[in-house]
Amino acid sequence: MHSPMQSIISVSNVSKTYATGFQALKDVNLDIRRGEIFALLGPNGAGKTTLINVICGIVNRSGGDISVDGLDILKDYRTVRSMIGLVPQELTTDAFETVWGTVSFSRGLFGKRKNPAHIEKVLTELSLLDKKDDQIRTLSGGMKRRVLIAKALSHEPKILFLDEPTAGVDVELRKDMWQVVRALRASGVTIILTTHYIEEAENMADRIGVINHGEIILVEDKAELMRKLGKKQLTLELQKKLDAVPEGLAAYDLTLAPGGGELTYTYDTQGERTGITALLSDLNKAGLRFRDLHTTQSSLEDIFVGLVSKRQ
Amino acid sequence: MNWQAVNAIYRFEMSRTMRTLWQSIVSPVISTSLYFVVFGAAIGSRITEIEGVSYGAFIVPGLIMLTLLTQSVMNASFGIYFPRFTGTIYELLSAPISFLEIVLGYVGAAATKSILLGLLILATAALFVPIEIAHPFWMLAFLVLTAVTFSLLGFIIGIWADGFEKLQIVPLLIITPLTFLGGSFYSTSILPPFWRTVTLFDPVVYLVSGFRWSFYEIADVHVGISVGMTILFLVLCLAAIWWIFKTGYRLKS
Repeated sequence: MHSPMQSIISVSNVSKTYATGFQALKDVNLDIRRGEIFALLGPNGAGKTTLINVICGIVNRSGGDISVDGLDILKDYRTVRSMIGLVPQELTTDAFETVWGTVSFSRGLFGKRKNPAHIEKVLTELSLLDKKDDQIRTLSGGMKRRVLIAKALSHEPKILFLDEPTAGVDVELRKDMWQVVRALRASGVTIILTTHYIEEAENMADRIGVINHGEIILVEDKAELMRKLGKKQLTLELQKKLDAVPEGLAAYDLTLAPGGGELTYTYDTQGERTGITALLSDLNKAGLRFRDLHTTQSSLEDIFVGLVSKRQ
Repeated sequence: MNWQAVNAIYRFEMSRTMRTLWQSIVSPVISTSLYFVVFGAAIGSRITEIEGVSYGAFIVPGLIMLTLLTQSVMNASFGIYFPRFTGTIYELLSAPISFLEIVLGYVGAAATKSILLGLLILATAALFVPIEIAHPFWMLAFLVLTAVTFSLLGFIIGIWADGFEKLQIVPLLIITPLTFLGGSFYSTSILPPFWRTVTLFDPVVYLVSGFRWSFYEIADVHVGISVGMTILFLVLCLAAIWWIFKTGYRLKS
């Protein structure tokens, strides 16, 4: 079990089956730690948005329990929801409302007293202050996305859900948003973001979760994943096929490919020594000759694609 | 109670009214004035008094009811349908508000607008015909109760509708005909007995009759029955809304 102090959101055995019979979430278990940036990766239709919507109260779950800061999301919905800010994936805005009007409306909706100073601060941080009296319909897509973020931050949430925050946003703006998100984390806000961009997860997240077909298939610290990324593989194409790895090379933990034509050696680029020189010398001693060799390094994307395709 | 949220929704809806001031306030006033010109002055001048009240004055409560019913339904249905249509409903559903507060905000704003319109039409009518209000308290009570009830009905329609067509169907094909048949422009007592019985199934008869009684003390049905029926419609609408929010009908998947 997790410690309630560390975990701010706890999702236990949550499932969701839509009226059409489509099972969007299957027995999902997930803990989000207080103050972290958690990136939820997954292909389209994997269940990312459904999971967020279930936690935020937009979609009813079919089973399981969810607590936020130790409180049940249904029993204590007022306290729970006032802690959460949500930036939806779709650019859904009140086209004819002004930026200031819509952000102030959100603050009121979440039960907070008027605080023009806070609204001004949020708009300044998102470079929206000069647009405050403009109608939302006159803004560009990227600006509308910022308005949605401003609305979500209007009531000073402790937890922020960003559902594909940078979809359709240009590179410059994307980097600006990363800055904003980092600043929020620094102020103690827990952030959960879903994304298609592996680069985004790599850049921002403390931990990464992968969801596919409604199941969480991996949750890991980014640092741990990066350590895995730091590993390289040296593949040796042998002149003569082998039945087994020679005993004298057991210390290298080599993998023999099916068919016996290739030997693979995994090493850590971050380590002091890679062991390649010793391996090559020992291979020579063992009388093994090779035709060719190459090295590969897996990226987060490879891990992600590998995980997802394995479950197809 | 999250009064801040009720206030935010109420103000948001009222500001929508102000943004569309021309459509919201001016056009119903103009069309009511036209009714006066046609029914009051042109046709009305050839009609004798009804139970001691000139025809022009007789139709005033009916005209106010006609606008009150259609506007309440239109405003409230549009108010909740629009966030569903644009997708901004996500914010309402994820906010720390109860269903009661959502209803208070939307229905309160729609009813306020209708009541203002009703009073505006009354003031406009006073320019054309002399108006007496025998029971101002009851007049206001009927005005408020009807506006609230039909705003609740509008809210239900706004949740039920899955397109703009459905949004228009109820006001155009149900409310307006029922209002015309419900004695807005005549006393149901002049109908043959059979049709008089039929009109008793028209809920608008009770609203118009009670409302007219508060002006001129003349009624097609006893005022007590009118009050009872109005409250019954209110309770029915509240029950439907309670069910909608309990089941998440058309709001949550």
